Amino acid sequence: MKDALRSFADQIGSEGPVAVAGGKTHWGVGGWPATGTKEVAAPVGVVAHEPAEMIVRVGAGTTLEELRSTVEEGGQFVALEADDPSKATVGGVLAVGLGGYRRLGWGPVRDSVLEMTSVTAGGEVLRSGAPLVKNVTGYDLCRLFVGSLGTLALTGEVVLRCRPIPEAETWWVGEGADPFAVAAGLYRPLSVLWNGIHTWVGLAGYRVDIEDQARTVLGRAFRPAERPPPLPGRLRRSLTPRDLRALPSTAGVDRPWLAQVGVGVVHCGEAAAERIGPVGPPSSGVWDLHRALKERFDPAGRLNPGRSVSGVAAGAGV
Amino acid sequence: MTTAALVRDLGVALAPDRVRAGALELALYERDASMLTGQASVVCFPTSAGEVSAAVRVCRDHGRPFVPRGSGTGLAGGATPLGQVAPVVIVTTKMNKILEVDSEQRFAWVEPGVLNLDLSTAVAHLGLHFAPDPSSQQSCSVGGNVANNSGGPHCLLYGVTSAHVLAMEVVLADGSVVVLGGIDPEPEGLDLRGAFVGSEGTMGIATRIAVRLTPLPPCVATLLADFSTIHDAAAAVTGVIAAGIIPAALEMMDATIVEVVEAYVHAGFPTDAAAVLLVEVDGLRGGVDVCTSDVEAILKAHGAREVRVAADAAERAAWWKGRKSAFGAIARIAPNYYLHDCVIPRTRLVDVLDEVGRIASSRDLVLGNVFHAGDGNLHPLIVFDRRAPGVLEKVHEAGRKIIETCVAAGGSLSGEHGIGIEKREAMDLVFTEVDLEAQKWLRDAFDPEGRCNPEKILPRGGSRCGDISSLPPGAWV
Repeated sequence: MKDALRSFADQIGSEGPVAVAGGKTHWGVGGWPATGTKEVAAPVGVVAHEPAEMIVRVGAGTTLEELRSTVEEGGQFVALEADDPSKATVGGVLAVGLGGYRRLGWGPVRDSVLEMTSVTAGGEVLRSGAPLVKNVTGYDLCRLFVGSLGTLALTGEVVLRCRPIPEAETWWVGEGADPFAVAAGLYRPLSVLWNGIHTWVGLAGYRVDIEDQARTVLGRAFRPAERPPPLPGRLRRSLTPRDLRALPSTAGVDRPWLAQVGVGVVHCGEAAAERIGPVGPPSSGVWDLHRALKERFDPAGRLNPGRSVSGVAAGAGV
Repeated sequence: MTTAALVRDLGVALAPDRVRAGALELALYERDASMLTGQASVVCFPTSAGEVSAAVRVCRDHGRPFVPRGSGTGLAGGATPLGQVAPVVIVTTKMNKILEVDSEQRFAWVEPGVLNLDLSTAVAHLGLHFAPDPSSQQSCSVGGNVANNSGGPHCLLYGVTSAHVLAMEVVLADGSVVVLGGIDPEPEGLDLRGAFVGSEGTMGIATRIAVRLTPLPPCVATLLADFSTIHDAAAAVTGVIAAGIIPAALEMMDATIVEVVEAYVHAGFPTDAAAVLLVEVDGLRGGVDVCTSDVEAILKAHGAREVRVAADAAERAAWWKGRKSAFGAIARIAPNYYLHDCVIPRTRLVDVLDEVGRIASSRDLVLGNVFHAGDGNLHPLIVFDRRAPGVLEKVHEAGRKIIETCVAAGGSLSGEHGIGIEKREAMDLVFTEVDLEAQKWLRDAFDPEGRCNPEKILPRGGSRCGDISSLPPGAWV
């Protein structure tokens, strides 16, 4: 893999506009790369899965599907989700940094990342973090890079945290229940989704616990579902968990949306999105810090020109 | 400008009685819990973000660096004042209010000086707690937890501090105030909250922190297993993880520690054991029962002489008190200790513990191990009397060898205590110049003039050879 990383760094070089292309499932997030931007592919393949350490080292160009099938052989999984896992790549999911339906149980994308090997705007190989499940050695550049849309460095290889596959994962759907009461009553649910009418609940863990929760908390209002519902649209909004309560009146129930109860993410199409304004943007002081970081990490502005993390909430092309 | 003028201006910005520059007070704040000593010019105690901002602006106007400080329980010298000119220490202990508890959305806004355990105690009646639980949780502050990205036994399952901080109000090095992160899950822009947590007070001072509150588990089982060799205990740790079980906590104590702890708190630990494992599983009743019997079987299969399950909350509390009292109990052996904090791959526990033992015994040093075995976070504890001639040199040398051994095993410098001054010159054992340069970009973007907690984390440049004994004048470990 060292050779693959070297070759990745060589392709990126130290001059000219450049972007890493993964599966392009979210290519428009934050804006389209400027015309003339060179597209480079990240190394592909699982380098090593170490079940006893619960870590996996993987090329950033590897699809989530390939990662899943490799890690599954050791009885584990990585808490990353994408709506098209056969196309979405690890590097792409981390660059965008947005999780899927199971965030309530799994936590945010960034918490699965232990080490990132990236290439700087100067074309040099940069490692941050460590292949260890616990580590506070030095500044946490991994968290800075996850969700940065490749505007600070281009990631070629990562080490991710693995978790044991639970004994069971089951989904339930019900109508008319108060999703907030359901979420509060469940102990560490995987997911609670709500579209204003139906509530879907994902539970994962020991079978005995799932059955107990289904009986005592979900009750007769819920019936088993094969899977969670499909995405209602390609856009998303980030609200405080409490603000979700107002969605039926703000977004309306005739425009499709799906809220992650207990989290605050709302998946939606354009019709609903325009009625659910983003939470207030960060202050000018925060954007000053963004500019100061960009000036230092990419002074010539060659990494993903045309893309900006400030455009994500506006929903450009998500 | 003179220190007298600095004291006067800080007194105007805060209040004269909360600005101290007497010899005794300066001596109290010349180090944190590490014994790495520096020099403060003034110590001040703001009571609000406005006062922190005002104090930072006074520092700027006087060309003084400043050092944020919480309870001062840090072990790596992160709050030890260093600088070209003696810094102002800005202490957050008077900012100790829990500002808002939102049980529905499960978070709380707190001031940085709130003590870790006080927060959990204050929200226990709501069935909630703040999950990071360092051994110092009775005295360490939430602001300090944010600075060090603190861990604790239960972060094996629940994650370290970064996973429990939603947002922060931060006073930057120029005195301006920003909010990083948010209560909503995907705030716009870069994750500056994540970059700030663990930056050891070098990127600003958090003046308000929104922490996630985690439901208390409905059911808890705590197991105590004793082993006749450290090897068996370490192999049992690997066995539990390899079986796909992540306990809430998985702690190891060796014979040296068990003996002094038992004599100190009478926790009921078996004093003839070579090693004791403390394993806690939590969750719903059914799963906890399944998991408890699985863990018990694995421990026995790896040679545990006896596995006990805590009969009640009182017994569980006694065991945890024993575990968390280790650093106080050790004074029964000798007056001084040097606590290390390295991380290694979990599967290397057996050989690294062997080597660490050899490093101490070959130098006639007493060493105990009390650590977070489940995530490979070692805490070798060297016990000594600093008055004995030549012992400090041996302690330094052993410490350096321990770090080198862990790094050679694929490990890293720190799992939860941070780098501070203690390990900054060892950073090039694990990072290249490019890696360190990029870390400096992050630091500089927040504090371009290097005014906020200078001389921490990053090596000072020039010739670096991973020599942790090359400490600043006056400093000692």
